[in-house]
Amino acid sequence: MNDKVIPIQAAGGQPSGAFEYISTKKDELVGWARKFSLFPYPFVTACCAMEFMAVSSTPYDTDRFGAALPRFSPRQSDLLMVVGTINHKQAPILLKVYEQMCEPKWVMAFGACATSGGFYQNYATLLGVDRIVPVDVYIPGCPPRPEMVIDGIMKLQDKIARERHPILTKEF
Amino acid sequence: MSDAVFDRVRSGLGDLAQDAAVSHGVLVIDATPAGVLPLVRGLKASGFDMFLDVTAVDWPAQAPRFEVVWHFYSTTHKVRVRVKTRVAEQQPEVDSLVALYGSAAFMERECHEMYGIRFRGNDDLRPLLLYEGFVGFPLRKDYAKEQEQPLVPYREGFQ
Amino acid sequence: MDMRELRLPNPIRPAFDKPTSDEHVIVNIGPSHPATHGTIQIVAELDGEKIVRSDVHCGYLHRGFEKECESHTWHNLIPYVDRLNYCSALINDFAYCAAVEELMGVEITPRTKYLRTLLSEYSRIADHMTCIAAGLMELGAMTAFLYLVSIRDWVYEHIAQVTGARVTYSFGRIGGLARDLPDGWIDRLEWILGQYDDFVGRVHGLVDRNRIFIDRMRDVGVINTADAINYGITGPMLRSTGAPRDLRKDTPYLAYAELDFEVPVGIKGDNYDRYFVRMREMDESVHMIRQLVDLLAKTPGPINVDDRRCSFPEKEHVYTEIESLINHFKLVMDGPKVPAGEVYLAHEGANGELGFYIVSTGEGVPYKVHVRSPSFVAMGMASRMLDGYQLADLIPTFGSINMIGGECDR
Repeated sequence: MNDKVIPIQAAGGQPSGAFEYISTKKDELVGWARKFSLFPYPFVTACCAMEFMAVSSTPYDTDRFGAALPRFSPRQSDLLMVVGTINHKQAPILLKVYEQMCEPKWVMAFGACATSGGFYQNYATLLGVDRIVPVDVYIPGCPPRPEMVIDGIMKLQDKIARERHPILTKEF
Repeated sequence: MSDAVFDRVRSGLGDLAQDAAVSHGVLVIDATPAGVLPLVRGLKASGFDMFLDVTAVDWPAQAPRFEVVWHFYSTTHKVRVRVKTRVAEQQPEVDSLVALYGSAAFMERECHEMYGIRFRGNDDLRPLLLYEGFVGFPLRKDYAKEQEQPLVPYREGFQ
Repeated sequence: MDMRELRLPNPIRPAFDKPTSDEHVIVNIGPSHPATHGTIQIVAELDGEKIVRSDVHCGYLHRGFEKECESHTWHNLIPYVDRLNYCSALINDFAYCAAVEELMGVEITPRTKYLRTLLSEYSRIADHMTCIAAGLMELGAMTAFLYLVSIRDWVYEHIAQVTGARVTYSFGRIGGLARDLPDGWIDRLEWILGQYDDFVGRVHGLVDRNRIFIDRMRDVGVINTADAINYGITGPMLRSTGAPRDLRKDTPYLAYAELDFEVPVGIKGDNYDRYFVRMREMDESVHMIRQLVDLLAKTPGPINVDDRRCSFPEKEHVYTEIESLINHFKLVMDGPKVPAGEVYLAHEGANGELGFYIVSTGEGVPYKVHVRSPSFVAMGMASRMLDGYQLADLIPTFGSINMIGGECDR
């Protein structure tokens, strides 16, 4: 796809030191940019919505982390925050929204119900959204205190900073 | 004051009800399934203008199995009435109140999907809280609490 | 994944799938939509911008509350009850506990009566604040949202000082409460109520006579009293039509008979009236809280009724006396034995008549716990409130209904 000459492998088949250095620095830069500009899609259903509203406004404020602006279209967002209980009726909607989001995307399971179904272990509830979408960070609590949510966002930011971010090719 | 209202209601019941007694501040009327609709019309005419709720109780060890329970409130007299009747498992049918009260529509849909009670006269008994494709009536005592019917297949590693 | 390959089942069956005219379009709004609070799906037929007919679907937050209640003891299901109307969770707690106490024949102590009333009104303030804040934010008034959410956050932290949690408390107990007020709680309450007056005054100034707000809310989502009663509507929605129906005045419970308060009513039954009725109700709640603070100061005493059937014995006795140990053990493992029978008891929730119909067979586990939820009933009428208005009017109308998913779908 790309004809630029970046030596991926040196003559002996070993990965090139120069390539690794450039791609690590690139990953750090892109990771830094992505972690401080999260656009959440608040997939909000239940009681955790109260703490989501609290953490988005004073005095906890997700704007300090760059994650203030919610985007209610999956095409425009990169962090799917599943806030509240997901039941089997809502599961197809959640999966559709997740699949519509473009890469890179992360999923945060906000609250005990999104993590494991909470204490609603019955016919109606999906016992954890990781049954249908891959989750990056789980925030426990029923509902979690805003400080817990911020801790979760910071852990997610650490994860994003550590990740590889291929932007041009599959390797770079 | 509520006793006067209850006495008036009781005296107007005739043979539509098998029993009517006051329990915890509410007049409880035991009606026959066929007598429910005329009884409710009488209640509405005597000032019970708000239909609060319809639900059912499942007594699997008894026959008839289901007890359908309606609650009414009068905004003028400020008292409540409960109407109960029993229907059998083989024919769990009662008359619908949609012609009398607008709030009956959603209530009856919920009672139908949870217990399987059919409401004659309500032709919109689609699932309301449950979803299309859900088989069974979850609030019946013989439906296991954890029996899930997922719509979306789970990812690998989950059963 | 290629979206064209994604085949997902449709969980609903809409009431109509063909428009009544070739020029109309059927659109789907929700359930994952900020206007519908994430859990309501509206299938609407549009003629340009006007909604011709709509079909409202609930159930996206159905969590099996009734089924769960049948497998937990009377005490253990209090957390489930909390999460019905999670904006004003204490009202649900106390309504449920009152229903069980009625069936058991337990009468709460005077101090608990006043404290429950105070906390109910405090929760009602939090609920109305959330409703108005969300409604105003959806219209674009971000400042009003931040003002109200600031006070709400202080209220949450303040309630956390007495109950231990911010949003869902599990504070009510059958026969009383979990614990009494800590020292200094009342002083902080006075401070918060002072801030409330200031902040809500600012919101009134921003919004009440604002041309844009009036244009968007006046004469939108109009209902009349006869229709509202026919559809079972109670609470601020019914009061906005002009009918002064309030369970706290009509069938007084807890300490409401001793309090002096008014029941604010609207004139037209539109969105603006619902907003104003809620704002005035918050003021009345603050007035009631101030009276209750005085009443509480005059009523020291125990919080839990001294009835071994439902109240846990003191920990010193549990560790030293065998009868208390067995009593505690039985209450925890089997649950309080509630006499066989049934009761329907309703409190005035933030959205209207919140009723609990409980059936007991004499066990420590309920046979049935059914909730008559005001939001669910309001959804039955939502379609009538949306038809004939514009698509953009859906947002304020829906916000003014204050549909709480936990209560609507249970």
